[in-house]
Amino acid sequence: MKPNTVAVVGAAETTDMGKIPNLSVIGLHADAALNALADAGLKPSDIDGVATAGVSPVELAHYLGIKPTYADGTSVGGCSFMLHVRHAAAAINEGLATTILITHGESGRSRVGAGGFGRNASSLAGQFEMPFGPVGPPSMFTIPVLRYLKERGYTVEDLANVSVIQREWAAKNPRASYKDPLTVDDVLNADMIAYPFTKLMCCLVTDGGGALILTSAERAKDFPQKPVYVLGTGESVETPMVSQMYDFASSTAFRISGKKAFDEAGIKHSDVDHLMIYDAFSHLPLYGLEDLGFCKPGEAADFIRERNTAPGGKLPLNTNGGGLSYMHSGMYGMYALQESVRQLRGIAPAQVPGAKISVCQGVGGMFAAAGTVIFGNEG
Amino acid sequence: MDRMAPQPTPETRHFWEGCKAGELRLQTCKSCDGGAYFPPRPFCPRCGSRDVEVVKASGKGVLWSYVINQRPRPDMGKEPHSIAVVQLEEGVRMMTNIVGCPQTPEALVLDMPVEVEFLDLGETALPLFHPA
Repeated sequence: MKPNTVAVVGAAETTDMGKIPNLSVIGLHADAALNALADAGLKPSDIDGVATAGVSPVELAHYLGIKPTYADGTSVGGCSFMLHVRHAAAAINEGLATTILITHGESGRSRVGAGGFGRNASSLAGQFEMPFGPVGPPSMFTIPVLRYLKERGYTVEDLANVSVIQREWAAKNPRASYKDPLTVDDVLNADMIAYPFTKLMCCLVTDGGGALILTSAERAKDFPQKPVYVLGTGESVETPMVSQMYDFASSTAFRISGKKAFDEAGIKHSDVDHLMIYDAFSHLPLYGLEDLGFCKPGEAADFIRERNTAPGGKLPLNTNGGGLSYMHSGMYGMYALQESVRQLRGIAPAQVPGAKISVCQGVGGMFAAAGTVIFGNEG
Repeated sequence: MDRMAPQPTPETRHFWEGCKAGELRLQTCKSCDGGAYFPPRPFCPRCGSRDVEVVKASGKGVLWSYVINQRPRPDMGKEPHSIAVVQLEEGVRMMTNIVGCPQTPEALVLDMPVEVEFLDLGETALPLFHPA
């Protein structure tokens, strides 16, 4: 995409967050969409492009009464929304649509109008992974980690430390699900879910949603909110089976996606003021810091322990509390994007003073896919 | 409750028939000599050639990584169990369970040698691994 030609002009989450038993999945999409439209001063009829994952863009468009010239149903897990932003930027530049709405909604906890977590027994994952007993992400996404720890010389304390520091950020966020301080011992002594992962190294299961509205940078200045520009984007996909990732100590998809986004944006790592790395589990920020190039392999755990990513540190990371403490409905990427936008608008609960560039890294499935969006607030 | 069984497709049937016959079967490419690959497919993932053949693997490898699932699925019994990935001598990695040893971090040591055995499920069999 062409840097700085497209901007976020509407951004909002669902009115409530955490436990929302009175809305179904499509209802959560709509609630977030209506909030984002209000944020941008738009009506549904002003939207001519839609993108979503989890539900079909057909369902979304019809529910909101939108008759679009552009629809994107890319569904590669929790980073789908990063890909939607990327595709929307290209589409706007190409004239496929002018004003694109991207939505997410998931009834992860209350399961109102939600589908099941199942895999076709004749798919490759159904044949070559499911017979060995995985029970969803906590016992799958975690499988490469003992190898990663051994290769890097990291410990389970390093995993626990990620949860501890993110809880510090969550404490500053009134909407976070969990705000009480944690210690490394608290994390290590919590219920074991799938060794070496305790409950406090795993993301939450909550209800919620979010929506973004993008348009051209040229038009963006006429909207009520401070525009947040798309500087660079990347995406990649790797494997439908975590057991087949190319390298257990590195996400190839992260590396490809991240490099593309940095190249497009034309920025250096030292230019980055704020970072989001989708943390479905506490190992993700470690992989992310290495695979995006913020740390050399083997240095990410010390980087976090030395409080570089903590409040007051030089690279504030997951400042909403993350999937570990803020919220995680299932496809968390939308909430990471929302936090990047809030930081660059200057309205985040744990605002990073003067933040100008935010990198937002998403993961899809279990190291299946990746999406990167780099935002800036100077057009 | 019956253990969840794989549903073979035409492209993977040789693998599952092999397990039932007590053989671990991989595929190799005759065009690029890139070594064995997995999971099964009727072409080489390295060069795209369809000129591939099924070969019998040694069944030996090492424990590459794992978790010990504390909340087993109903078809997996009641005790915590490993969900592991082994790296075979032929270079490929596959998901499995490590059996024949305590399901503890002390007994499950990365890089320890393991060897295949087969759990009969009637129509097919699953490749599991025990310490060699």
